Amino acid sequence: MANAIDRRPGRLGRFLRSLLLPVAAILIALAIGAVAMWAFGDDPLVAYRGLWSGAFGDARALARTVRKMVPLIFTGLSVAVAFKAGLFNIGAAGQFLMGTVAATAVGISFPGMPAPLHVSLALLAGVVGGLVWGLIPGLLKVYTGAHEVIVTIMLNYVAALLAGWTVYAGGTEGQSPGPLWDPTARAVSESPDILESARLPLFFDPAYRLHAGVLLALAVVVFIWWLIYRTTIGFEIRTVGLNLKAARYAGMRVAWTVVFTMGIAGILAGLAGAIETLGVNWKFAPEFGGQVGFDGITVALLGQTHPFGIVLAAFLFGALDAGAARMQFESGVAQDIIQVIQALVLAFVAAPTLIRLLFRMEAEEFEVTTISQTWGGGSG
Amino acid sequence: MDTREPILEVRDITKVFPGVVANNRVHLELYPGEILGLLGENGAGKSTLMNIIYGLYRPTEGEIRVRGRPVTMHSPKDAIALGIGMVHQHFQLVPVMSVVDNVMLGSESIRGPFLDREAVARRIQEIASRYSLEVDPYAIVEDLPVGVRQRVEIIKALYREADILILDEPTSVLTPQEIQGLFQIMDLLRRQGKAIIFITHKLKEVLHIADRIVVLRRGEVVGEADPQTASQASLAAMMVGREVMLVVEKGPASPGPVVLEVEGLEAVNDLGEPALRGVSLQVRAGEILGVAGVQGNGQTELVEVITGLRPATGGRLRIAGQDMTRASPRQITDRGQSCHVPEDRHAYGMVGAYPVAYNLVLNTYYRPPFAQGLTIQEEAIAEHARRLVAEYDVRTPSIYTRAGSLSGGNQQKLVVAREFSRPIQLLIAAQPTRGIDVGSIEFIHQQIVAKRDQGVAVLLVSYELDEIMALSDRIAVMYQGQILDVLPAEEATRERLGLLMAGVHPQEHTAAGLST
Amino acid sequence: MRPHRVWKATAIVGWVLALALVALAILVNTTALGERTWLRVLFGVSALNFTLRAAIPLILGAMSGILCERSGIINIGIEGMMLAGAFAAFVAKTNTNDWPLTTSLLFSTLVAVGIGGIMGLLHATFSIRFRMDQIISGTVIIILAAGISAYLFDRDAVAEGKFAPIAIPLLSQIPVIGPVLFAKPLLTYLALILVALLHVGLFYTRWGLRTRAVGEHPRAADTVGIPVNRYRYMNTTLGGMVAGLAGGYLVLEAVGQFQEGMTAGRGFISLAAMIFGNWNPFGAMGASVLFGYTQALQNELLLAGVKTVPRHFISMLPYLVTIVVVSGFVGRVRPPAAEGKVYETEGGE
Repeated sequence: MANAIDRRPGRLGRFLRSLLLPVAAILIALAIGAVAMWAFGDDPLVAYRGLWSGAFGDARALARTVRKMVPLIFTGLSVAVAFKAGLFNIGAAGQFLMGTVAATAVGISFPGMPAPLHVSLALLAGVVGGLVWGLIPGLLKVYTGAHEVIVTIMLNYVAALLAGWTVYAGGTEGQSPGPLWDPTARAVSESPDILESARLPLFFDPAYRLHAGVLLALAVVVFIWWLIYRTTIGFEIRTVGLNLKAARYAGMRVAWTVVFTMGIAGILAGLAGAIETLGVNWKFAPEFGGQVGFDGITVALLGQTHPFGIVLAAFLFGALDAGAARMQFESGVAQDIIQVIQALVLAFVAAPTLIRLLFRMEAEEFEVTTISQTWGGGSG
Repeated sequence: MDTREPILEVRDITKVFPGVVANNRVHLELYPGEILGLLGENGAGKSTLMNIIYGLYRPTEGEIRVRGRPVTMHSPKDAIALGIGMVHQHFQLVPVMSVVDNVMLGSESIRGPFLDREAVARRIQEIASRYSLEVDPYAIVEDLPVGVRQRVEIIKALYREADILILDEPTSVLTPQEIQGLFQIMDLLRRQGKAIIFITHKLKEVLHIADRIVVLRRGEVVGEADPQTASQASLAAMMVGREVMLVVEKGPASPGPVVLEVEGLEAVNDLGEPALRGVSLQVRAGEILGVAGVQGNGQTELVEVITGLRPATGGRLRIAGQDMTRASPRQITDRGQSCHVPEDRHAYGMVGAYPVAYNLVLNTYYRPPFAQGLTIQEEAIAEHARRLVAEYDVRTPSIYTRAGSLSGGNQQKLVVAREFSRPIQLLIAAQPTRGIDVGSIEFIHQQIVAKRDQGVAVLLVSYELDEIMALSDRIAVMYQGQILDVLPAEEATRERLGLLMAGVHPQEHTAAGLST
Repeated sequence: MRPHRVWKATAIVGWVLALALVALAILVNTTALGERTWLRVLFGVSALNFTLRAAIPLILGAMSGILCERSGIINIGIEGMMLAGAFAAFVAKTNTNDWPLTTSLLFSTLVAVGIGGIMGLLHATFSIRFRMDQIISGTVIIILAAGISAYLFDRDAVAEGKFAPIAIPLLSQIPVIGPVLFAKPLLTYLALILVALLHVGLFYTRWGLRTRAVGEHPRAADTVGIPVNRYRYMNTTLGGMVAGLAGGYLVLEAVGQFQEGMTAGRGFISLAAMIFGNWNPFGAMGASVLFGYTQALQNELLLAGVKTVPRHFISMLPYLVTIVVVSGFVGRVRPPAAEGKVYETEGGE
């Protein structure tokens, strides 16, 4: 016998089937988005044409999509890694901001430092910033049982205020300005540009602004895949996420795993912030926080919490972001419709039974993410 | 045979679940004022049948008649309206609510817009005095002992004016003495004209109390028996379909040095209440120490402390001479060379979403050859899985099948395979055969005895007195967080163990009328 | 001690503290103590007024959470339901500016409640019918509400008028307490009445008994013929309506206009208040008032011209207090036992 006991579902088949749900979710969301636009008097065809050309229309558009994809890969991974351990990291936004601020602080300091060193140091600062913001909810969960959902959300607000203060231009009532504020910006609250030596190298045509962060993102994707699926640490993370009690029974250090996982999640989101600063914005202003933290949740779920799936999902969301402005310009449809579409995508990927019902698929195909098992108590 | 009108008739009921026929053309009648014993093994289809009668499941085929009229029930509400009441095996009581609230839930007494708790309390008192079911109506259910909670369940049914009472395995959580009390209540109910279906798999009990016995096997009625003439052996044969081995075959033990030593162990439960109050015991290499007792007397916490899952608040734990009082589960597994078959295999013993192969290395995944440094060695894990699946006869389509999709017996074999395949000196088995088929039970019992014969020290915790008596060389009885006594197996009679399980101290046994 | 006993002790301490605070406030506002700036910042009428103003949406949000969670549905989406309610109220108000003011305001309130209810129903459908993880479903609600309100927001529209205070005769004459509690606009009264109603409803009526049973032990409820999921649908929809009312309060009574993301985390803070209050209406109200007080403090410190601490740090106060509270009290409170779990009737054997 060709060893029936070793039978394993075919890899290609599994891969294709795993694409089914996200693709269906996206198509349905786009369709509903179109109906909504039509209902509110917008022309969905013009809008989607603008969206397409803004995202893929030419090399520059494509580069924009890739650039927008990078932070989403990181925040998506951040949320997904936490999911694997049964944790819900809504705090990617705050961790992103802390990474941004830390990288900015290093980026505007140390004139004369050699570029490779300066870039590395700034990235490291971003890592540390995110790490701290990820460890707080992890430690609080382990030691006090505080649910990470509430703590990370609160830390998002705290991070936004803290980051805002660092570049605060100072008040009319004589309040002192923040430490990272650029005095030459006068009343505007923003940091000075980071030094040339701290900027991520660009490749291809500099006008495309494709930075080395793209390569870093892909490397991190492979690393996280290896960590989760090929190491004992990953085995522990997944076991904790699937069955907390069994993990404890098996002698795993559950508390340590929770803290470690939140640390990794924080690092990933912090890196996203650092890379955005060093590769794209070259400075920090409070409005650079954006949506990437929250979008990470959708990207993680759309990518079925698998690192390679997340790359595809981030690419798609990057395209939506990249094309939104062109869409609004060409069709006059407010770009906020993109957010509606993204929420719909999330609704459909998170409710597999919904799609299954629509397409009459087999029951066992999808892993349902469960994270509400420790709500309101029950520490790690 | 009977000229009376049956109050309940079950006619050719068939219930099919996906892949299983749980009930096949089941037929039975119930008359007022009688206790019908419904006997059958775990998985024989007793509970399914009762859930159909109680309106929780709808039959695939067949008919139910109540007081001569065919009925269709869509929910328990319909059953309750027809005068059917059920005392579930797992009590259906809300722990944080009072007795009054639990009793009236679903059939509330209302005055204006508000609940009329006084009226319900009065009704409870009435019922309590009529059937001698003492209970404080305003007590919170979670504060009540198990026996009293069961009374609340019975009151709940009587409050709804049930004439037909279904008692689903009511004795499984009670001490022998509490069981006697329950039987008195059942007798009183019978004399007042109530019809009772008494579901059990315990032969002695059904012979003692029932007026008539119906035996169910694999979803079918395989026979009726008269308690006056039937014997335990004949009933057992009917129930299982072949002669059962009531005794596990094993030779005499040859105990070696002490492996597990527990001294004055103290611990608290999840609510922070004391659960272990100074437990001391020793288990030697090559012997099986059985811990008997009614569920909830600290057995769970004892096993958790010994396996490192729960911190001890006092006392000492030594394994093979090493102090392990503060050791982690991993240290106890590694340095203590011990293994643990947990009480609740779904919650602790396995990860249902993982493939069989991963579950077989759940606590050894980090050791060579399964891991080299940080990296998992998939091929070594698969190799290991292939070997164990064959050796322990785990019936699975593939080693990559999700463990959660296996049958209960095979899941337990999976756990046993993982735990027994390591070199061990101490085996801690809690409820190792709960809820699995007879074939697997036999297999697991044999494996446990085999480990003993190889010189492993075995601590067996079970709520099934039969299992304890069949396997143990010595028997310790636990009551309210303490070991009341430890008896050699040959001296441990059912009566002595029963008194101990009820908390009667050994020196009081003669006073209780038992000669040693 | 069992958790609920610990809770009772905590509640007593809480009430004593609250009474002490009121007594202090009366002293500060009627005696010469009021001349000290820091005492005025901490206990002045303005601080108390602001506390209540900030607490009302939190109270309503917490009541929304209690409604859902007591029946076993985790509601992390209060924030989104609130935002949807606020936006709906704004749209309704701007479209009825030419109606008589009271009619227009009441109509807008109803619209806010209705939209909130629809969001609640959506959450229930996701979690029960489509078995979505309840926390993720809540997140979907939040993102959906944020996206739709931003997409449809007409930045040029202006809502004209808001609920005006109604002084209750006699009661409003009581010094300090009168103006703070008894000279408020309609929705504030409504919110406070709702707390009492919910308390009585949960613990003294058939609906409440069944709701709690469904949230604690759905199978027990099922075996006595209570339709578990129907109760969950109903309560989650009601919870959505109350959260919608909270949004309506923000637009129609507190601010008068709509701003993108104007709920600013209030939904989440009310969740913390609900936990802090051990899923009890009065407990949650107490916690909401505490959170409201930290916001008031932030406001008062800024007004008093505190310059040594940057305003950003003062603004962090409510969020930091929430973290401290969630860290200190979770584990000592007991959530409804069946929360977050799908309940299936058939085949539960």
